[in-house]
Amino acid sequence: MSESASFHNLRIQIAGLNMQNPTMLASGILGVSAETLKAVAEAGAGAVVTKSIGLKPSSGYPNPTVIQVECGFLNAVGLPNPGIHKFVKEIRKLRDIGVPIIVSVFGFSPEEYAETSSLAIEAGASAIELNLSCPHVKGTGAEIGQDPNMVKLMVKSVKDRIDKPVFAKLTPNIAHITELAEAAASAGADAITAINTVKAMAIDVETFKPILANKFGGLSGAAIKPIAVRCVYEIYDAVNVPIIGCGGIRNWRDAVEFMLAGASAVQIGSAIAFEGFSIFRSICDGIETYLKRKGFRSVSEIIGLAHKK
Amino acid sequence: MRLLDWRIKNNVMRIVEIKRVKPENPHVKTIFFRDESCSLAEPGQFIMIWIPGVDEIPLSLSYTSQDGLSSVTVARVGEATRALTSLKTGDLIGVRGPFGSGFKIAGESALIIGGGTGMAPLMMLIDKLVEKGIEATIIEGAENVNKLIFMDRLKDLSESKGVNILFTTEDGSYGSKGLATELAEKMLRQRRFNIIYTCGPERMIRRAYELANLYSTDFQASLERYMRCAIGICGSCVIGRYRVCRDGPVFDAVKIKDIEKYLGKLKYNERGEIVPI
Repeated sequence: MSESASFHNLRIQIAGLNMQNPTMLASGILGVSAETLKAVAEAGAGAVVTKSIGLKPSSGYPNPTVIQVECGFLNAVGLPNPGIHKFVKEIRKLRDIGVPIIVSVFGFSPEEYAETSSLAIEAGASAIELNLSCPHVKGTGAEIGQDPNMVKLMVKSVKDRIDKPVFAKLTPNIAHITELAEAAASAGADAITAINTVKAMAIDVETFKPILANKFGGLSGAAIKPIAVRCVYEIYDAVNVPIIGCGGIRNWRDAVEFMLAGASAVQIGSAIAFEGFSIFRSICDGIETYLKRKGFRSVSEIIGLAHKK
Repeated sequence: MRLLDWRIKNNVMRIVEIKRVKPENPHVKTIFFRDESCSLAEPGQFIMIWIPGVDEIPLSLSYTSQDGLSSVTVARVGEATRALTSLKTGDLIGVRGPFGSGFKIAGESALIIGGGTGMAPLMMLIDKLVEKGIEATIIEGAENVNKLIFMDRLKDLSESKGVNILFTTEDGSYGSKGLATELAEKMLRQRRFNIIYTCGPERMIRRAYELANLYSTDFQASLERYMRCAIGICGSCVIGRYRVCRDGPVFDAVKIKDIEKYLGKLKYNERGEIVPI
């Protein structure tokens, strides 16, 4: 039995998934092995999202793949993964995890997204999060996800194949993220995850070289939080599906800010480097105290409150 | 509202100049550089070294001193280590770290079992044990005499501090013939040690762990896995529920018990596939 933090007024339902609290592990963070995902669930996460999995195995990029910048991390890991045919074994080990398992999926075609998603669901995934937003791999992620028509196509192909919830994780590297959200929602996405990292770069002045092996990467952490909050706020106005906020969340205050902007849940990634696994429980504690202080009975009451005229 | 600092001090990459390159044997070199954070590392901690334009790899520190000088000791095994060992005094590298938790000094008598470049983190530990006056018996094993390292540093400790140092090679070209763990077992049959410290090929570490259990000896081992972020978020270096970069690289007997099924047997590779060691 999982010891997922259970605060009665923190329970939330997203696209039919019941979560004990609105915190999730963000994709790309830790989620390769079943045992680490279980450790994260035990630490109090309301749901876990795996690393992005494709149809075929991939090694990702050489190092440096994750580096420190002033206000967060810059990464270009390159979607390393064992491929869905091997990863199903890890998914099967998660039967007793006690929280929803969301498998993040990427592909190079609608068929690949659909096939990978379908195998993940067969193995026991509770939902699929489509990576339509990785900023540093050619032919997938943001390259697909910057085009609303492609977003529609990918979401639809997966929705046609599986009958579990499908989340679309969107890229902020576009002028109007609402167009992507509308495309995803119109194709049947059950929720929108916003945002993935912001495309960025760092160059070392002593050696004159880009530091990331891939040169470009995605920026996460504090720097992107205001961008993410703005995206969530805009998406909330644009579509009628639940939103999962992601980007630079490090404490309960950040989580509440995303929920006020319109997020029904939040994902946590980079901040684990600072706060460790206990971040899930401490964010839940903080939200609960906040709800009491402000006189709310349930966390669902604060979703989108910043939009109230 | 207090703004949170999103920097991990040691994780900010510093560009440092190579001060000296010392060949240890035909395959292994020790590379010295000056970096304050590294010089404050505890034995067993590791750093990420960026060879600009080539790769970034994890390496244990093999030496630190109060004047800021530090070193890593690296064997030429692949493209990155080939590039690193070809660098000369004055060349620039990037360093992040030190990271992880190192060896914890415990007990009055220590048996140190090192295999190949696994001696690197142990060498720093040995310096500290000697400094603290803890009785240390050192077994260094390698395939042959050309793969032994730190022979001058160890011989010096043996002469000046009376530290008991034993070399063993698989082909018998230096010291006794056989595996480091075979020699260790001989010693354990004769006398008690409070603790075994080890680093090297993981199958050797597994055998050392079995010996520690057999002879009721405390145990700490430095483990290695494919590494990317070094700060506990990417998940590349997991063994069971632990992250080598954050929960290790030095693991004690209690933690190793949790990952027994992997030790010396299985690992996740850079794709996240479980493969035999």
